[in-house]
Amino acid sequence: MEVSWALLANAVIAGLLLGGFYAAMSVGISISFGMLDVVNIAHPAFIILGSYIAYIVNDRFGFDPIVVSLAVSPLFFLLGAALYRVYYYCFERRGQESLRGLAFFFGILFITEVALVLVFGVDYRMVSTRYGDVTWRAGEVDFPMRLVVPFLVSMVMVIGVQLFLTRTFFGRAVLAVAQDQLALRLMGVNPVRVKELAFALSIATAGVAGAFLIVIQPVQPAIGREFIGLVFAVCVLGGMGSILGTLLGAFVLGLAESFTSTFFGPSWAPAVSFGLLLATLAFRPSGILGR
Amino acid sequence: MFIKAFLRAGLRACLAGLAIACAAIPALAADPIKVGFSMALTGAVAPNGKQLLLALEIWRDDVNAKGGILGRKVEFVYYDDQTSPATVPSIYTKLLDVDKVDLVVSGYGTNVIAPAMPIMMQRNLTFMTLFGLNVNSKFSYDRYFQIMPAGPNPAVGWSQGFFDAAMSMNPKPKTVALVGADAEYPAMALEGAREHAKKTGLKIVYDKTYPPNTVDYSPIVRAIQAANPEVVFVASYPPDSAGMVRAANEVGLKTRIFGGGLVGPQFAALKAQLGPLLNGVVNYEFYAPDLGGRFPFLEQFLAKYQARAAKEGVDPLGFYLPPYAYAMMQVLEQAITATKGLDQAKLAEYIHTNTFDTYVGKVAFAKNGEWAAPRVMMTQYHGITGNDVEQFKKPGRLTVLSPKEYKTGDLKAPYHENKK
Amino acid sequence: MSNKIFAVVALTVAIALAAVTQLIPNEYFFSAAYTVLLFVILATAWNILGGYTGYVNFGSAAFFAIGAYTTVFFYNAFKAPLLVGIVAGTLVAGLAGLGLGYLTLRLRGVFFAIASLALAVVLFIFVVNWDYVGGARGAYVLQPRDVPFGLPRYIHLIYAVQLLMAAFALVVARAIERSTLGRGLAAIRDDELAAECSGVPTLKLKIFSTMASCALMGMAGTTFPYYLSYIEPSSAFSLSYAVNSIAMPLIGGMMSWIGPLIGAVLLGSVQQLVQVTVSSAWNLLIVGVLLVLFVTLAPNGIMGWVDAWRRRKGR
Repeated sequence: MEVSWALLANAVIAGLLLGGFYAAMSVGISISFGMLDVVNIAHPAFIILGSYIAYIVNDRFGFDPIVVSLAVSPLFFLLGAALYRVYYYCFERRGQESLRGLAFFFGILFITEVALVLVFGVDYRMVSTRYGDVTWRAGEVDFPMRLVVPFLVSMVMVIGVQLFLTRTFFGRAVLAVAQDQLALRLMGVNPVRVKELAFALSIATAGVAGAFLIVIQPVQPAIGREFIGLVFAVCVLGGMGSILGTLLGAFVLGLAESFTSTFFGPSWAPAVSFGLLLATLAFRPSGILGR
Repeated sequence: MFIKAFLRAGLRACLAGLAIACAAIPALAADPIKVGFSMALTGAVAPNGKQLLLALEIWRDDVNAKGGILGRKVEFVYYDDQTSPATVPSIYTKLLDVDKVDLVVSGYGTNVIAPAMPIMMQRNLTFMTLFGLNVNSKFSYDRYFQIMPAGPNPAVGWSQGFFDAAMSMNPKPKTVALVGADAEYPAMALEGAREHAKKTGLKIVYDKTYPPNTVDYSPIVRAIQAANPEVVFVASYPPDSAGMVRAANEVGLKTRIFGGGLVGPQFAALKAQLGPLLNGVVNYEFYAPDLGGRFPFLEQFLAKYQARAAKEGVDPLGFYLPPYAYAMMQVLEQAITATKGLDQAKLAEYIHTNTFDTYVGKVAFAKNGEWAAPRVMMTQYHGITGNDVEQFKKPGRLTVLSPKEYKTGDLKAPYHENKK
Repeated sequence: MSNKIFAVVALTVAIALAAVTQLIPNEYFFSAAYTVLLFVILATAWNILGGYTGYVNFGSAAFFAIGAYTTVFFYNAFKAPLLVGIVAGTLVAGLAGLGLGYLTLRLRGVFFAIASLALAVVLFIFVVNWDYVGGARGAYVLQPRDVPFGLPRYIHLIYAVQLLMAAFALVVARAIERSTLGRGLAAIRDDELAAECSGVPTLKLKIFSTMASCALMGMAGTTFPYYLSYIEPSSAFSLSYAVNSIAMPLIGGMMSWIGPLIGAVLLGSVQQLVQVTVSSAWNLLIVGVLLVLFVTLAPNGIMGWVDAWRRRKGR
């Protein structure tokens, strides 16, 4: 196979665009797992839920799915807050979050998937967007809008989250909670409320990421499980608790998958991603930018 | 006290009489014929399973309207196999030992046919099956019958039409790219394609598979383009079929003939989704309105099916699987009527040695239970505009390239110049 | 009751059950019972690491599939009989557990859980690409025509084998629970840092626990190809094994060996019943809902209720 620079350039572009999308999916985990220590295995379920909501509205009214998801994100925010309340009262307060909390989220993941199957069936659903079939070509390098638009919005979202965490009061409270809860209490802030807000934010990002997903590819309820490993891999790779680390991790994973697909055969791409994860866990568990 | 005892005895006598009467009544009506099977109502191929169930139910209703088979009404007993092989042994042993069905047919796909084979073989049952790939090559069971028209060598028969069309191009192509999903059907289809490549002297310049949950197919199509093949054969399932066709359009794939083994475009949902992106793609189909009046009864069946499909939320066109499920039951029905009973040995022998007239035409089986001759239609899509489904109910959206007896036109090559 | 006596009792009960149930005429019972026993072994195995040690393993399906595919490998390579497949599958799964444990047990429990999930995916891709065991197309393992011990059908044999394996798994679990090893694991579960400070060799114990757990999970999978005659990656690695192996000990009670047994028999039977009555999309919903309900409201499972009731009665 001749390796032209065009092939290489396209592999890089595709990898970066994909990475942007992976970042959107994983930024929520970076908050909930990286900063709050809540192992929300059900995160992909909310992504899929977001996909389906975007699908319904797009199917009925024709609105752009990404716009829909942004409009609906307050609902996801509230859902996340409620979920955290349950999690806190049942597990965190009793100190049983490690085993039971995990099992709890696992159950949520399953219930969401099965509920979606019961309501929508297992058919693949797709949305129709005005830009879905458009590809911008710069010479021999392609920029499919189907990937570019989610990438751009995702970047805005991730940078927005980072700015929120570093520049606003509540955001810095979240970072503080990640560092030292007791100190925060001593300073008069209720860490539970802060964590609730942060977790709600993570679920809101999941909802928006769901819209990205369904713009990029067809969606059916079971595919959420395939992304569990991926989102955690991105976070661990990038370094827990660092949004920029998650971004980096996402790009690394996107590029790794794209290069493997193009040059070695697509069959091994997921193995490369998870191989990277296992290697990171074995040799540098704190990740690239982790503390 | 005496009166009480008398009343009690009288009550007991009445109940006994009633019980005897109730037991006698069913014996007066003819026993129904119970057909048992598992069907994928949930899980990966649930949409297919639900279409098939609808087709089977239409058959049952048609047969019962005519008075049943040999004067006995047909009843179904079925369970959801969730597209999982693990459920199959339990389901079929329950059907046979607890529900005591008279006949069994299979669910959809190799996944659920293979685990049922040992049970069928142990009990010497005649087993009509729906769309399993070459299952009997391992078991060599003489009472296995497959309704998929792939022919006695399914792997090869499947892509025969595609490679015939490819080699009909002038000048003859010299290179081929093979790509497909990491799954059962594509693996088998690719194996057959490799044999064709060898036979026709085509050089294989790309031969890779991708995992079923791939998100982006553009890198794959670009890698294929980099190898510059003149023929591109794809074996895929619905989600990746959609992905590959989209990616081919996105990347602007330049090749002379593209397609071959995509599962998915046969279904209304994907036809509607992809719409004009399908133009120029060569793919297999089992039925098209362009076949005109060749299959009059089939058109009647499709009208019935399409009327109910919309209500039940299954594939609104029904071109792909439902006619074959109906045909399978017609074979069984004709065999039962001819042998005047449910003797499994006689049924198997009759089905092996006869040709059947069904809604999909004449059906005959080879020694290994597959079709005696392959009859996979290879078609090329064209003239698709917009994303509505209704356009596919009328002729003019595809050309039938093979087999010869159904041909309606010639291949338009190269692919990238004929996408309208 | 000492371990040896318990082992003898368990074995006797298993053989007696196997013999008595041969009298049941319909084959469906054996098919359904086989599946329930499969979950008994899986749940018991998972609990060794999960309930006793406090480390969650999401990759039960991976080890189950290792057991199944090792059997396939030995069948393809040597036409080996079932017993060889069982022993080999158990050993290979144990080794895989050793590998996973060695890589990740030095980190926090959460990383082990994620790594187990990642391992499941990597192994799945590996098997899908390995043509010798059938790859994506699946592999066929033909049941031998002559059934040994004069049993009528092959399903009777593997059902009996599964019964014996379940008894074995219960004996092992109970032995671990009541040994010094078990006390060390309990210490790790309750507070790993304190255990380490008290001199408990946490890493060694965790690795041993992982090995035992994964080996038994592999053992559960070894007869599976023979049961179905056909095995392919998606169903061998089915996530329902992962969910059930967590839900069953959780529901039954994770503190002792009886819990997983109760949970598996109860939940497994309900699932078998639902499969042949109601639509099966509800099957998974039931498992999910039960899991969530029990984990929030009854964290110690059914055995927890029993213990609480006993304590109240004792007063």
